[in-house]
Amino acid sequence: MSTSDLVVPQGSEFQFTDESGRSIVGAVAETAHAVNPWVAVAYLAAGVLFILALRGLSSPATSRAGNRYGMIGMLIAVVTTLVTHFPGELFYGDTIVTSGESFQHFGPDWASFGEILAAIAIGAIIGLTTARRIAMTAMPQLVAAFHSLVGLAAVLVAVAAFLNPDAFGILGVSGDILPVSRIEMTLGAAIGAITFSGSVIAFAKLNGNMSGAPILLPARHWINLGTLAAILILTVMFTHSPVGGPGENPLFWVVVALAFAIGFLLIIPIGGADMPVVVSMLNSYSGWAAAAMGFTLHNTAMIITGALVGSSGAILSYIMCRAMNRSFISVIAGGFGADASSSSSGGGEQRPYKSGSAEDAAYMLEQAEKVIIIPGYGMAVAQAQHALREMADLLKEKGVEVKYAIHPVAGRMPGHMNVLLAEANVPYDEVFELEDINSEFAQADVAFIIGANDVVNPAAKTDKGSPIYGMPVFDVDKAKQVFFIKRSMGGVGYAGVDNDVFYMDQTMMLLADAKKMVEDINKALDA
Amino acid sequence: MDFISILSIFVLACFVGYYVVWSVTPALHTPLMAVTNAISSVIIVGALIAAAAAGTPAAKWLGLLGVTLASVNIFGGFAVTARMLAMYKKKEKAAPKAGGEA
Repeated sequence: MSTSDLVVPQGSEFQFTDESGRSIVGAVAETAHAVNPWVAVAYLAAGVLFILALRGLSSPATSRAGNRYGMIGMLIAVVTTLVTHFPGELFYGDTIVTSGESFQHFGPDWASFGEILAAIAIGAIIGLTTARRIAMTAMPQLVAAFHSLVGLAAVLVAVAAFLNPDAFGILGVSGDILPVSRIEMTLGAAIGAITFSGSVIAFAKLNGNMSGAPILLPARHWINLGTLAAILILTVMFTHSPVGGPGENPLFWVVVALAFAIGFLLIIPIGGADMPVVVSMLNSYSGWAAAAMGFTLHNTAMIITGALVGSSGAILSYIMCRAMNRSFISVIAGGFGADASSSSSGGGEQRPYKSGSAEDAAYMLEQAEKVIIIPGYGMAVAQAQHALREMADLLKEKGVEVKYAIHPVAGRMPGHMNVLLAEANVPYDEVFELEDINSEFAQADVAFIIGANDVVNPAAKTDKGSPIYGMPVFDVDKAKQVFFIKRSMGGVGYAGVDNDVFYMDQTMMLLADAKKMVEDINKALDA
Repeated sequence: MDFISILSIFVLACFVGYYVVWSVTPALHTPLMAVTNAISSVIIVGALIAAAAAGTPAAKWLGLLGVTLASVNIFGGFAVTARMLAMYKKKEKAAPKAGGEA
């Protein structure tokens, strides 16, 4: 007799011998989801602690306490699960099944407590080592990698639930998985799979294993829409067809396979600088996947967390899209910046610009009263943040007021520049958001642009035909002087548009590697 | 719990999430992503149940793999968030090199 043949009325105990001759005793709960009230309270507490963890991030001062709340919440959730599932006795709803002599809870088909601890320990070592070693500039790819793990874990849990629905308490009276649970677990698996494959591609693009340029398949919109429609239709069909034994209905596997494929297809046409939106979106998906599995398990901690993370990622995606004046649909449709090279070469004749040396820049910076620094992704690539902070220190010693201005989409993930500046010991009260500092450029003597481009492009304000038209940008043209650190005059910004700031009378181009240039300026300032 | 109770928790939690996340300062958006990443690994609960109650060797190893993946995220996510948050400092009275005239 196999486990799949076993149909036991609710509220009764059972005993049978499986294929390998092992005798198994168990009981079926009166109601599938009756939970010990203390267990429910513990999961609720974990959920509340997670809310506090996010609440703490409203200011850097409270954020560290918030992070600790998050850790406590996770500890409570894990310990509660371990206590309820490894007590030497099993809780099945309100019926406690004492492990009889014939019940081999620690047999080869069940993970032992030791094996669980070993699995956690392996994860802990990998996680802690990575967290300690990772460079702050590599944070976007790390977050993408972490998202992929959540996605994959969600798929594994959904598959486990499909293979062993009884353990998850999702069997109906008929011995088949409840229809609502089927929807939940299929959606959980599908969203998890999209999160996984999408994040793997995002990681490869951010980490440079794959070109950041969009890869455009012909008819990709139709392929994507068709795949999404197929996932939804098959999910509905799965809900209406008998599951049969554990893992026997192929529809579930087809949905998971299609979801892996769509995650891949959705992200490959999206270009590198749109990654802040993609990473936020995948963050959101990982939350929805956790929430869907929370529905399957009727677990409040997972549902609350899933909802928090899901809304968090959605809000971040919205903020990023707003900061680029693009619709979410246009970002997801992808292809932006694909023709960068063609449009720049179409520009034709070379316009005159002024370039200067580090000494020229140092001299003028010393004379300034107020300097506003605008860092961009180029600063992260050149790892110039430490040199930049030294420059700011030297200038402050000379009585110059220095502020930093950060555009919401600067870098490859939301808040990327803030972290890099914090790493370089820049006090966070010297760092300002776009809307808070933009009016100050009129009083600034120098706008110091390092590794940014599109976020200072006045075409966003004036040129209706420009791809970045309508995007909020820094009013650097109002500053008396503009210093623009750029590797060469050849490249254009991500959006593939020329930047009038290069050719303004008050602009001095500092053409060099960002870190090298800032170090040279520091030498000149120190002299 | 019936479906409607669970749905109620979910919908209310979405609203809580909406207001809490809007109150997060933009300077901390990267730590926000790292910490949401860590807490979404509460999916480890599902993996633990799967490993604990697996009926076949395959299901057991799936569960254990899920536990490992989620723990990477939990430990890595919280640790990297803590590391980032430790870097956010206010203006110091006596900066290491600067004279303090800001």
